[in-house]
Amino acid sequence: MKEHTFDITVIGGGAAGMAAALAAEKEGCSVALVEREEYLGGILLQCIHNGFGLHEFKEELTGPEYAQRFADQLASKNITVFTQTTLSEISDERESIKSLFCYSSRYGVFCIRTKAVILAVGSRERNRGNIALPGTRPSGIYTAGLAQQLVNIDGYLVGRNIVIVGSGDIGLIMARRMSWAGAKVHAVLEIQEYPSGLTRNIVQCLNDFSIPLYLSHIVSNIYGKDRIERIDVTPLKEGHADNAAAFSIDCDTLLLSVGLVPENELAKKTGIELLGQTGGPLVDSAMMTSIPGFFACGNALHIHDLVDYVSQEARRAGTNAAAFIRGEKTISQYRIRAGANVRYTVPGRINPALDNTLFMRSMIVRQQAQIEIKVDNRVVKRFKKSHIQPSEMICFTLNKDDMKGISFAEDSVVEVGIVQ
Amino acid sequence: MNYDVAIIGAGVSGACIARLLSQYHLKIALIDKAADVSFGTSKANSGIIHGGFHSDAGHYLKAKLEIKGNLMFDQLKRELDFPFVRCGILVVAFREEEVKTLEKLYRQGINNGAIGIEMCGQERTLALEPKLSHDVLASLHAPGGGIIEPYRFVFAMVESAVKNGTELLLNFEVAGASKDAGGFLIESKDRRCIRASYVINAAGVYADEVSEIFNAEKFTIIPRKGEEYLIDRFSTAIPSKVIFPVPGANSKGTLCIPTPEGTMMVGPSAVDIDDKEELSTSSEHLQNIFEFAKHMIPAISERDIITSFAGLRPALAGGDFLIENSAMVPGLIHVAGIQSPGLTASPAIAEYVKDLLKKAGCTLVEKSDFDPSLEKFPRIRSMTPYEAEGVTAEDPAFGNIVCRCEHVSEAEIVEAIRRGHTTLDGIKFFTRSGMGRCQGGFCSGKIMRILMRETGMSFDEITKRGGGSRILTGSL
Repeated sequence: MKEHTFDITVIGGGAAGMAAALAAEKEGCSVALVEREEYLGGILLQCIHNGFGLHEFKEELTGPEYAQRFADQLASKNITVFTQTTLSEISDERESIKSLFCYSSRYGVFCIRTKAVILAVGSRERNRGNIALPGTRPSGIYTAGLAQQLVNIDGYLVGRNIVIVGSGDIGLIMARRMSWAGAKVHAVLEIQEYPSGLTRNIVQCLNDFSIPLYLSHIVSNIYGKDRIERIDVTPLKEGHADNAAAFSIDCDTLLLSVGLVPENELAKKTGIELLGQTGGPLVDSAMMTSIPGFFACGNALHIHDLVDYVSQEARRAGTNAAAFIRGEKTISQYRIRAGANVRYTVPGRINPALDNTLFMRSMIVRQQAQIEIKVDNRVVKRFKKSHIQPSEMICFTLNKDDMKGISFAEDSVVEVGIVQ
Repeated sequence: MNYDVAIIGAGVSGACIARLLSQYHLKIALIDKAADVSFGTSKANSGIIHGGFHSDAGHYLKAKLEIKGNLMFDQLKRELDFPFVRCGILVVAFREEEVKTLEKLYRQGINNGAIGIEMCGQERTLALEPKLSHDVLASLHAPGGGIIEPYRFVFAMVESAVKNGTELLLNFEVAGASKDAGGFLIESKDRRCIRASYVINAAGVYADEVSEIFNAEKFTIIPRKGEEYLIDRFSTAIPSKVIFPVPGANSKGTLCIPTPEGTMMVGPSAVDIDDKEELSTSSEHLQNIFEFAKHMIPAISERDIITSFAGLRPALAGGDFLIENSAMVPGLIHVAGIQSPGLTASPAIAEYVKDLLKKAGCTLVEKSDFDPSLEKFPRIRSMTPYEAEGVTAEDPAFGNIVCRCEHVSEAEIVEAIRRGHTTLDGIKFFTRSGMGRCQGGFCSGKIMRILMRETGMSFDEITKRGGGSRILTGSL
């Protein structure tokens, strides 16, 4: 079997993978990038709307433009890119040289021997089965991302009379996209009391098109034998179905935008420890997983709402993977835990001797929220956020100065909470 | 067209009958109203090869055929290469009175001639299946029971029949029938006509309506709906054996069924309904099914659900199969009421029908050139990387992994299409693409592109399962 050797191999050529590969190459490592599809860019390629790159490039780009900026940088660097190639199997995962078996219609089946692996494989959409939507099983029920791919890449429409389940960003973007394509979007239904997408998308994609958003509403039944014909919608009253207030909507298409989950199949198969709250790997401050030499970043780690944050996080993974290759040890890592009203924090371990950039997601909507960091129940830092909500990720830095003078025991726990 | 035998219904019964009869000098038509074979009751089957103890072979034809059919699967697998594993069955008891029922089942199994069955105490039960709740008291173990991919079995049977001369007529919904000196004249809803000397009514939930169309016996098929939930292969709850509770009156209860492909099904429910096309699932049954299943295997979790589906058992009053020559219409043979254990019994049903056909006057002369085997088609997911390297060097399409969840290559998709599976569901059942945890979210677009390329279909001709189940409604 044909073999290639690289210091670092990045799996996935989307936003995270490209940024990670560039960062690793900058540190002088030999780098390979493995991508399933024909082109680099990942899911960005089907996101033809704008709003990407405000942090990264200080301008508003479309998804493909954002991807192209990175692809152009890659092309000028000494990075080996294997497109149309799927990583199928990892072996020797606990050895210093790991073997990655890759399948490709272009290069055949081959093996990459590598010292470090960066998992940047993105996420997948939750589907009908995951939310156990009852009813018949007609055609016309798609995840919003699939419908987006079909319309933006292939130029096909999945339907004319559309209801969107879930107010995630892809669903909102698709409400606008399908309206532009001549379809009628009858409603967006959200089970929670608040929208799960970004506020700017509620305004630009629903309000501007007079598409009603029903908060605290669920799909309670689906009708239609061959193609979907109708759904029942039931409002929730204090968490319970208010059946008396249920109503029906005629539609030929149901698009599901009910959340993304990290694509953790490779991590699971490899035996990497996962974090229950994110579904992605548990990583330390160097973005390294529980198996030495395996790093993770981007939506494969946790779901981001801005691609700019993905690129930023992925660079850390690339830089740290290079440090790992040089034999630098990540030391004194302490577990960081989600406290009151916090769904999760990433990374899951920090090094108090360094400045740590943390991402966290709130479980509540709050104005003037107070965020509190405790070490072994002792408050070490408090700061205010003017507005927080679950759909908007919070990014902050825990400086080494914040931790000065605190004595850490081996089992010390850092906790991030939102004060009620 | 003139045929010696027309078989109505290309489910598991019709497929097995067609394949058996294709060994003889007969011109056979296998017809079905759907766009592909196995699209009715057979596709939503639990996929269990039963152990021969659930009913009394002294009273029930279905029990006799179950025992006989069970033993036929090893040879069929060697010839036709479908996923089948004799993993064994455990019926588990949690209360003292259930242990008594187990003992009854055990004696029934012994009398039926079920091979290898044994009563097990708690310790042996937990040794056989450590994932069971430790509250289990005893079990009945049937090592001869197994699991199968039901649609793959039907596909293989139909392919073998077609290879040996059977003609497959799809989208042929029987709308009218008459009989004259030349035999039967059968007309489809879209006005196609065929003639046949003998007709086998294997129409599943529609067997009663087909009988009526032929002016034959009146009977009523009661569609008994079963909902099943498919569990991700990463679940830690998947047992190595099929787990049955002690049975109730109407069905065999909620089961935990490992599949030969490494996932698990939990279900089915059992509810008699009126509508033969009603395949909805409900939140209420989800709760009941999982509550019950967790009591057997505590690690089962709703979080691991990939998808749910429902199927209809074609039940007759009395609960037995109805397999007989029509007394009212000579030349017509009913194969009706084929509910559980129909899949297990199906190869034996075919033998039984063959004898009925002889009784009805049909002459059976064996062909010298009957070929029982099908060429094995390689699947990339069951190969080592070194084996994959070899097939990919021959055909690069094996290196293009189209379905990431179930690891299905472009070459397998193309093969499904070439074998006549041209709906998304048909391709899914042949290849497993879209059967995994993303449920087609990633691969549907790719499969549609391959389907259009291979067949010349236009985008608006692509369907989920034929008829009006279109996927795309327009283009930009």
